[in-house]
Amino acid sequence: MPFGWGAAPIRRLRDGSFEVRLEEWERQLLAGLPGQMRDLLDTDDPALERLYPPAYLTDDEKNEEYRRLMRGDLTASRLGALDVLEATLGDERLTEEQLGAWMGAVNDVRLVLGTRLDVTEDLYETGLPDGDPREAAFQLYGYLGYLLESIVEALASAL
Amino acid sequence: MTAPMEVVEADLETVDPEAETVVDTDRPWIVIVWNDPINLMSYVTFVLQKLFGYSKEKATKLMLDVHHKGRAVVSHGTREKAEMDVFRLHEHGLWATMEQQD
Repeated sequence: MPFGWGAAPIRRLRDGSFEVRLEEWERQLLAGLPGQMRDLLDTDDPALERLYPPAYLTDDEKNEEYRRLMRGDLTASRLGALDVLEATLGDERLTEEQLGAWMGAVNDVRLVLGTRLDVTEDLYETGLPDGDPREAAFQLYGYLGYLLESIVEALASAL
Repeated sequence: MTAPMEVVEADLETVDPEAETVVDTDRPWIVIVWNDPINLMSYVTFVLQKLFGYSKEKATKLMLDVHHKGRAVVSHGTREKAEMDVFRLHEHGLWATMEQQD
């Protein structure tokens, strides 16, 4: 993995808030994500299926009903998290709620990227072959995993 | 005023609470989380702690069941509760389904 060394970028402070230490290139990288995700959520891209899985294994009729009732709420929740990420991207302190939104937004992007990359558990071990056209997306996927790990660790320390 | 009261009382007496609760549609529902190659193990553990109030030990055990066995039952209850649990798991990007227990 190209990331994962150095001090954790997200830390819980004694007052219950969270400190975010990101390099400028990291913030710029993250700044591009909300717009791309909003555009994607507006499409019927097959990678989105991972964000809206069926609730029943075998009952198409119930799934249709679930989708009709819940899909709008799921999208609203995702858009809300993207809004918070975008609005607080320059901040060095976040509340627990804001960091929770970061977690959701980052995980959603990982799910879409991982689906598109057709990630398997083995791929972590072996990496991509040299010259693979998915290299850039795989690097971003790896970075977001590193960031998410730090967010989760910080939030879990508040439980 | 008295007649309707008597009717109500009579109705109540004919209702058998036992029979009402044993109907087939009241069999409990279970919520299952399925393994996927994308979600981080630490993330799945944290989400189970946060959504269901489970201890770190219990959430970790469930996460490991998902990872090694491919699935784990993470909650159960009425259809409404199960549907809400599935929704919240989907909101967090976990692959969850619900089914009625045999």
